[in-house]
This record gives sequence, structure tokens and C-alpha cells, in this order.
Amino acid sequence: MDLNFTAEEQSFREDVRRFLRAKLPAEISRKVLGGKRLEKDDFVRWQQILHAQGWGAVGWPTAFGGTGWNAVQQHIFDEECSDAGAPLQLPFGLKMVAPVIMAFGNPAQQQRFLPRIIDGSDWWCQGYSEPGSGSDLASLKMRAVRVNSPEGDHYVVNGQKTWNTLGQYADWIFCLVRTSTEGRQQEGISFLLIDMKTPGITVRPIIMLDGEHEINEVWFEDVRVPVQNLIGEENKGWTYAKFLLGHERTGIAGVGRSKRELKKLKEIARKETANGRPLIEDQRFRDRIAQVELELMALEITNLRVISAEGEKKLAPGPEASILKIKGSEIQQMLTELQMQALGHYALPWIEEALDAAWTGDALMEAYADHAAPLSGRYFNFRKTTIYGGSNEIQKNIISQMILGL
Amino acid sequence: MDFNYTEEQLALQDTLRRFIARDYAFEHRRALAKSADGFDRQAWKTFADFGILALPFPEEFGGISEHGGNAVDTMLVMEMLGRGLALEPYVPTVVLCGGLIRDAGSSAQKEALLPAIAGGELMLALAHFEPGARYELDHVATTATAKGSGWQLDGAKAVVLGAPSADKLIVSARDGKEISLFLIDAKAPGVTLRAYPTQDGARAADIKLANVTVGADALIGTAGGALPIVERALDYANAALCAEAVGIMSALNEVTLEYLKTRKQFGVPIGKFQALQHRMADMVIATEQARSMATLAAVRVDSRDAAERSRSVAATKAYVTQSARLVGQQAVQLHGGMGVVDELNVAHYFKRLTMIGLTFGDADYHLGKFSDSLLAA
Ligand SMILES: Cc1cc2nc3c(=O)[nH]c(=O)nc-3n(C[C@H](O)[C@H](O)[C@H](O)COP(=O)(O)OP(=O)(O)OC[C@H]3O[C@@H](n4cnc5c(N)ncnc54)[C@H](O)[C@@H]3O)c2cc1C
Repeated sequence: MDLNFTAEEQSFREDVRRFLRAKLPAEISRKVLGGKRLEKDDFVRWQQILHAQGWGAVGWPTAFGGTGWNAVQQHIFDEECSDAGAPLQLPFGLKMVAPVIMAFGNPAQQQRFLPRIIDGSDWWCQGYSEPGSGSDLASLKMRAVRVNSPEGDHYVVNGQKTWNTLGQYADWIFCLVRTSTEGRQQEGISFLLIDMKTPGITVRPIIMLDGEHEINEVWFEDVRVPVQNLIGEENKGWTYAKFLLGHERTGIAGVGRSKRELKKLKEIARKETANGRPLIEDQRFRDRIAQVELELMALEITNLRVISAEGEKKLAPGPEASILKIKGSEIQQMLTELQMQALGHYALPWIEEALDAAWTGDALMEAYADHAAPLSGRYFNFRKTTIYGGSNEIQKNIISQMILGL
Repeated sequence: MDFNYTEEQLALQDTLRRFIARDYAFEHRRALAKSADGFDRQAWKTFADFGILALPFPEEFGGISEHGGNAVDTMLVMEMLGRGLALEPYVPTVVLCGGLIRDAGSSAQKEALLPAIAGGELMLALAHFEPGARYELDHVATTATAKGSGWQLDGAKAVVLGAPSADKLIVSARDGKEISLFLIDAKAPGVTLRAYPTQDGARAADIKLANVTVGADALIGTAGGALPIVERALDYANAALCAEAVGIMSALNEVTLEYLKTRKQFGVPIGKFQALQHRMADMVIATEQARSMATLAAVRVDSRDAAERSRSVAATKAYVTQSARLVGQQAVQLHGGMGVVDELNVAHYFKRLTMIGLTFGDADYHLGKFSDSLLAA
């Protein structure tokens, strides 16, 4: 048993740090660290920089242009990127659709799509959920009917997807669609890749409770999708989707980002005062910080245990992914809540422009607003983390029913 | 003991319930939150007609009963305003500043101000808390310098609720060692407001005071006597906010229960899942407990014993805020994605509950205050 990083791992960390110091644009990290809104271009630019370094897809095998790094190296990379204020590499292309294309797509699909994911050319969004099918995803209804035609065989897709994260920027959407209504629900689902520019697709914004536009509804009306865009076999989509859910364990815990937010929480607690002393000296509040730090310490080790075992291929399918999702999301929520609590009533103002990169404070407002205003709405926004990606109730059902056999 | 409302109280509750249902629907409220004023001036007139702007004042100053309504009347009003997520500055104007003037104002001030508040012609805001003060009542750096027969005020105030619509401000300022209260015109020379919406759609402002001169008659209460006055007024305000929170929690429980019965997943209403049944039960338990505490605060806040009053309000605010956190978070969670959209009232109830928890002392502040009172006992 050794909980220390090896010398090679340490020097790997140094390499990552050097790279970040040299290549992470300051105007981007300022946004991330200051809680500002990121534009599409920020994500794309960062992906291009990583790709130029050969680090565009740290989790991919080298055959597809990945780094081939082991799980611990990926963890170190994530931690350093988060700490430096690099934008999150959005999972939809890199971590969701790409592994499915690698495992079940044909060579033509792999050559067509993977290079454009790793170099940042294509923006992908996830089209699973529907208004009537959230937790019960297998009940999804969006219909795809195969039509054989002289101009090329295709599917005609009709229906609606919803909650699509950052779909307003997307070039492509990967969808679960219903291709059969016979037999078990799960057996009539297919996995389709759809070009967002296809006629018949309409994207409508959903405004979230913090006033931000981060999710969308996507409507499909007689959308023609070439059969070449079907992944694997028709009616096997559910198997591929499940593969995806079980596949990606690194990253879902969000340890790196939570460490950064914990650091930020402590900064706020040093800046704010209570009884004329820094808030961090207030025992009641400091204990709350300590408590979330304990949770995060435990999660970091759990995360490392899981991904190390995975690296050694010792891992039978287990409750690990669910544990990481549940604890990771709860910790993220605790941190945004404590940041808000640390700000006290200075978290009340809702300054819409505070999320703009250009906003550095307001001459007419008191100085507290400089750091408080961009953070104030995040507590509300982060309620999403226990809802999306399989709600925490569903994760507990997985543990109790599928793993523990209750 | 008697836990029943009087006939008059029930009638008032009924009137307000009908008003909220008919004239203050959620879509109307959403539009108001985005409007310039951020609330409904017509509703304010209606409140005057209902008599609720006069509620805490004695008859001789425009009030509706001989001694003025008690805090239980206010509780009942606040519960209903909570259900409607009313954006009108009722707490700043009527409960906080109205109560403060009723308890500490001179006869002349009461005559000049209370009937105007009662009639819906005057709005007020309390400019007490400052940047860096957090919730500490005696952290006042704004200065009052004697000038002629009056004073000159200089300083800064933060997150003054209801300030953008206020005609007058009650400002705390320090003259040497002691803190006093002054009534100033919101548009007086030297007063600069930075108005903004709050997270829950209400309005507030940061305020700068530079060379603001006021006459001798601007002083409220005795010179140097601000703290007990402010503390009492904030106790009233906190008791009212707790009642508002209870109103919101019951409304949230109703919409959540309805959702559990109608939203289907896996072929059944999600309310069939025991994990959610227990969660819903916890929300109802928390709300009933919070209601009990809000009732306790409403009765005790009228107490003449300042220590008892403050201790009961601190206990209530700590407890209700904790319950509101549970109910708000779980109402969102049980709605799934629908819980985090701007379009439904769920998220708005949740945001208002959260902001109540941060206003005039959060749960930790009040728990600390109550906990300290154990040493005194
Ligand atoms: C911000 C955000 C971003 C999202 N991004 C995407 C995206 O990019 N692509 C995409 O496809 N989807 C996305 N989603 C959708 C997300 O996956 C769903 O919201 C989630 O699966 C829950 O579904 P639902 O919202 O329909 O809630 P429901 O399934 O209706 O659930 C309502 C409540 O019931 C509970 N519940 C349901 N079934 C059970 C059960 N059997 N036992 C106990 N409790 C149960 C849930 O946990 C929840 O508390 C996003 C959601 C959000 C909020």
C-alpha cells in the first residue's frame, strides 16, 4: 500500500504544469477562476491548444490519437487543468460519443468523426432525454423510420429531445431513437448521429433558474438522416448507451474542479468578515468548510482506488460509477452552497452583466460585488448536478437493486 | 392556549388568498419581476384598501384597530404573500420601517409617516447594514457629524432592500461612539443609489452618502439609541420572513405533491417510489415544525422582554431557514429537470426561500445567537 505518487508521476505533474503555464490563455483562465460565462470559442480554442500538444483526448487509445495515459496520469492532468483554470473539456464528443464510435462504429465512421472531435472542429451534444422519458430513458419515443430510396437509404426522424446541454452551439447530436415498437422497449432503440444543419431541426432555448441559457429543446420534423449515420446495428442502441454509462468513470467525480472550488471557498472565507475577524476564524463556519473537505479527501482516494483498479483491469462492473456520481455531485453542491453562505447577504444582488468577461466590478457598487456577483447564482445552477447524468435517486436504485440485489 | 385565528383574521386570510389566485398569478409575477419597478403599484393600492399596509399601526395613526394589529396578523399576511411570491416591498416599508417608527418615532414622526404608509402613499427602506458588516448590528462606519442644529451623514450602505422604490430612507450612522438613526429623503442631495434586482426578483440598492445634511428633526429615537431600536425592528422583520417562508413551503409542498401524483416514469406516477414518498414526508414534517416555530415567533416578538423576544426570533429564524433549505432543495430535486427551469414557479419559490435564509442573519448567525443565550440563562 502506498498512497504517494511515484517519482515519474510527480515529474509528469511538473510537465503538465509547465504546459499550462505556457499555453493556457490568461483571458480564458481568468474567466474560469472568476466564475465568468465561457463562450463557445473558449472551449474550442482550448481544445485546439490541447490537440496541438497531442493531449486533445487524454482518455483515448493512441490508435485514435489519444495519449494512452494511464488512469493516474489522467487524474493528475485533470487536477492540474482544473487548478490552473482551464475550461472543462466538454464530455459530449470526447467522452460520450467517441468511445461508442470506437467500440461500435465502422471504420468509415471512425475516420469521419473522431479526428474532428479531437481537433475541436465538431461540437457534439447529447440527445437522449425526452419530455416523457427522463429517468425512464428506455421509454423514449422519438421515431426513426427507415426508407429505402434511390437517392440513398435514410431514416426519417420525428419527435423531440430536451435538456440538451449547449445544443445551441452543436454541429452534431447523437440520439437514441425508436426504430421498433415491438418486444421489450430496450430492444427497439437505435443510436443515430444527426447533423444539426439538417432541414427540419429546430433548437429552442430553455432558460434555467439562474437566468442562463445552457440547455435546449430540439425538435425534429421529417428529418432525413442517411443510414450511414447509424451506429452498429439497428435496435441495439440501448446496449451501446449502457456501455457508455458504465464506461466513463474518470472525471465523473469532478475531484479536480471541487478542489479548485474548495480553494475558492477558503479565499472567500478569508476575505469576508464576521465580528470584525475573517470569516474563516469563525468556528461554526470553519467546521463547515472542514466537513466538506473531509468528504472531498475521501472521494479523492475513492476515485483513485477505482481508477487504479480499472487500469489493472481488476474491476468487475460494480457500484463505483454510481458512488462517484453521487458523492461528486453532492460535494459540488455543498461547495456552491458554502460559497454563497460565506458571501452572506452580499450574495443577494443579481448583476446580470457580472458573468461577462469584461465586467470587473461596478463603480457604484461596493467592493464586495467584485467577487460576490459572479458567484451568486451558481448555487441555484448547481442543483442540476444531482438531477442530470442519471439522478442520484436512480444511482441509488442502481446500487441497491442491481449491485446489492435488494 | 388557543391556536385558532379570529373571524377577522380568517376573513383577511381569505381575501388575500383570493387576491393572489386572481390578480397575482405566477405569469403576472414573472413579468413584474422583469419590469422597471419590479413590483405592482396597483397591488400596493389594493393592499392599502385591504388594510394590510396599516396592519401594525394603532388607529390614531391610520391603523385599523385601537392598538394596531399584532404580529400574528402579520404572520397571516406574510404567509399569503409568500404563496404569491409577492414582490411588493411589504417587509421593508410596513414591517421594518413602519414598525420601527411605531416603536421609536416621535409623535410628529408617527403622524407624518404612519398614515402615509397605511394609505399606500409612502415607501421606506432601512439603510443599516454596510459592506464588510455581514450581519453584525453594531458594525456601522457611516458617520454623523454635528452641523448647525442638525447632522451631516457620510458613508456607504449595502444591499438595502426596497431602496429603489423608497421615498425615504432610515439611515444608521455613528456620531463618535454611538449609533443614531436618521430619516432622510431618498432623493436628498448627496445620496447615490445603485439599484439592482436580487436573485429572487425583488429590488435592492447599494447606497453612498456624501455630505448629506439633515435637520434636528431627522433623528429617530434618542441620539445614540439606535441599536435596541434596530434590533427590535429586525426581530419583527425576521418573524415576518419566517412566516413568509412557511407560506412558501406549504405552497411548494402542494405543487410537489401534485407533481409526484401526475409525473409518470417507468409506467407509474413517481410518487409510487418509496424513496420519494419518504422525501415528501420529510418535507411535510419540516414544514409543520417550521410553522410551529413561526407561530412561536409571532407570539413572542410582541413580548416586552427584549431578551425573550430576540431569543425566540433567533431560534425561529435558525430553525425555519434549515427547514426551508430542505424543502426548497428537495422540491427542486423531485421535479427533476423541471425543477431548474425559469418557467415553473418551483425554482422561484426555491430562490425566494434561499434569499430569506440570507436576509437579516442566516441560520448559523441565528443559531449562534440562540446558542449564546444559553450561557446567559
Ligand atoms: C442542466 C441539465 C442538463 C442536462 N443535459 C442533458 C443532455 O445534454 N442530454 C440529455 O439527453 N439529457 C440531459 N439532461 C436530462 C437529465 O438526464 C434528466 O433530467 C434526468 O435523467 C432526469 O429526468 P427528468 O428530468 O425527466 O426527471 P424524472 O425522471 O421525471 O424524475 C423526477 C424525480 O423522480 C425521481 N425518480 C424517477 N424515477 C425514480 C425511481 N425509479 N426511484 C426513485 N426516484 C425516481 C428522480 O430522481 C427525480 O427526483 C439534463 C438535465 C439537466 C437538469
